[in-house]
Amino acid sequence: MIKFLLEKDTWQEVFDSLSKNKLRSILTMVGVWWGILLLISLLGSSRGIENNFNRMFENYATNSLFLSGGNTSMPFKGYQEGRKIKLNLDDAKKIKENVEGVEYVLPSHQLQITLSRKSLSASFIGKGEFPFNDVLAKKDLLWGRYINQTDIDEHKKVIVISEDVYKQLFEKDENPIGKIVYGENLGFTVIGVYKVVNFGGPQIDVDIPFTTSQQIFGRGNTIDWMTITGYENFDINQIDADVKLLLKNIHSIHPDDNRGLFGFNLGDRFDQITGFLTGMQFLTWFVGIATLIAGVFAIGGILLISVKERTKEIGVRRALGATPFLIKRQIIIESIAISLIAGFLGIISGGLILMLVNKTLGIGEDAFMRNPSVSIAIVFFALLIVITLGTLIGLIPAFKATSVKPIDALREE
Amino acid sequence: MLEIRELHKSYPIGGSSLHVLKGINLSVKDGEMVAIMGSSGSGKSTLLNIIGMLDEADSGEYILDDLPIKDLTEKKAAVYRNKFLGFIFQSFNLINYKTALENVALPLYYQGVNRKERQQQAMFHLGKVGLTDWAKHLPKELSGGQNQRVAIARALAANPKLLLADEPTGALDTKTSYEIMEFIQQLNDEGKTILMVTHEEDIANMCKRIVRLRDGVIMEDKKVTQVRAEHYV
Repeated sequence: MIKFLLEKDTWQEVFDSLSKNKLRSILTMVGVWWGILLLISLLGSSRGIENNFNRMFENYATNSLFLSGGNTSMPFKGYQEGRKIKLNLDDAKKIKENVEGVEYVLPSHQLQITLSRKSLSASFIGKGEFPFNDVLAKKDLLWGRYINQTDIDEHKKVIVISEDVYKQLFEKDENPIGKIVYGENLGFTVIGVYKVVNFGGPQIDVDIPFTTSQQIFGRGNTIDWMTITGYENFDINQIDADVKLLLKNIHSIHPDDNRGLFGFNLGDRFDQITGFLTGMQFLTWFVGIATLIAGVFAIGGILLISVKERTKEIGVRRALGATPFLIKRQIIIESIAISLIAGFLGIISGGLILMLVNKTLGIGEDAFMRNPSVSIAIVFFALLIVITLGTLIGLIPAFKATSVKPIDALREE
Repeated sequence: MLEIRELHKSYPIGGSSLHVLKGINLSVKDGEMVAIMGSSGSGKSTLLNIIGMLDEADSGEYILDDLPIKDLTEKKAAVYRNKFLGFIFQSFNLINYKTALENVALPLYYQGVNRKERQQQAMFHLGKVGLTDWAKHLPKELSGGQNQRVAIARALAANPKLLLADEPTGALDTKTSYEIMEFIQQLNDEGKTILMVTHEEDIANMCKRIVRLRDGVIMEDKKVTQVRAEHYV
């Protein structure tokens, strides 16, 4: 069989019969070509989108959660409902000490601040942060640096602003580092500009040192947000539950009251997006393979017609000594050859489309996909499917071809 | 060479059946050239098809070169046809997308002869029918007579024991018919056994023996003095 596949004659026969009717051969290939093209370009694109999400998430500890106080919705231990829960630095300390699996607890203030510079001013939501925030949620800095420990220790009036703030308060291409912006009647020195990536909650445009905001806004011990990260081998959802239980206990919130504390965890978001990507890939495979099957069926149908047209030729071949096995083998090989050629064309054109997509959509900071590509394994798998289906579908015309007796085949006009 | 005894064949037609061959007895020796004649429906083509192993008899014996031909599977029939028989058809039955050379080489392909050998042998046989210069041409580029000569070369390619011709001149004009007959006579002169179905008296007279069929039985079986085709060409 191997020897047979390597012989020139085998392929000469296939080539002859395919080139005999070029239009028919080409039309036959369209189905499978299209199927492979869809499969390759869709899988590649979804990989590109996945790459982009991965890039966005790589700056974040995905096993982290954000927590703030809310308003109670149930009376408990003599307190009325509607009570505002205020978290404080002691809570953070207790969480770190008592909840199993917690790696870091990072407190922060949320603040409303109106910034002005020259004649321009605008209102933003900002945060009082520790330098460690840059570790948990890495800032994509366009200019300068993030808050450091000296800023904290010396309660420095420095400010890190988002790209949006920069655009509103500064001239185009103006270097903002070291410039002063005014807020709360104080001058803040700009030390950095970052790009905003938001996974939920209000967009944060301004970061100032935690100690500075503590002082300026007279916050004392209270905080608004806690970012809690878990050790890698701990389930963030379990930590989430444990932390909430502890805080409900400390702040006398009813155990069933879900509004006393407000928070979301990144693990959940990450799972949602991963789930979405998995769904997209599944859909791609489904559509691609369904199209492939349709394409291969088209090949079967056209080969069936071709066999019918060639009844007499097949009769002659059999009169000259072709055994039914040889005839069947030839037709199956034809089917596989058509499928394979179409498959290769599909892979090549799919690859070209991915290159084009990459050039047009995959370039720049805002690109929603990056390096759209398919692995060699997927390409081989697709070809394997094509070969298998091509063989199976080839069996139908092959058996049809030898079902006619040679004497009847020869009589056919 | 060929021995046929009490051969019967009928075809089902609707509810009833048509008895086409009603006990044929025929014996052909090596080197004979036999014309089988008869009007349409006489069973001459059916007889040729059975001899050619394209069809099977209902009963009776058929022995080819001491080999009983009976209960053949499709595969076995194909192998026997390839080894023992050469076919010449009325409508040539060349494969239209293959060149003359490739057509002639086809029986050798099914014999498993390698490509180079095949081409050489095919070229030799094309030469015998005088078409060396036309080897690379497709059937549609050749005249009817040339096509039949390609078909003869193809029938010879596998070096068969028996050559079967079904109205070999049926699609050709008189002059070309005689040219073809000249070739066939030459082959017979070289020792090939030939069996030919025809309904033309002049063609039949170019054979050495005429077997006349009517309604499925042999009416007459006589040796004739061969008329040489070259006298007419």
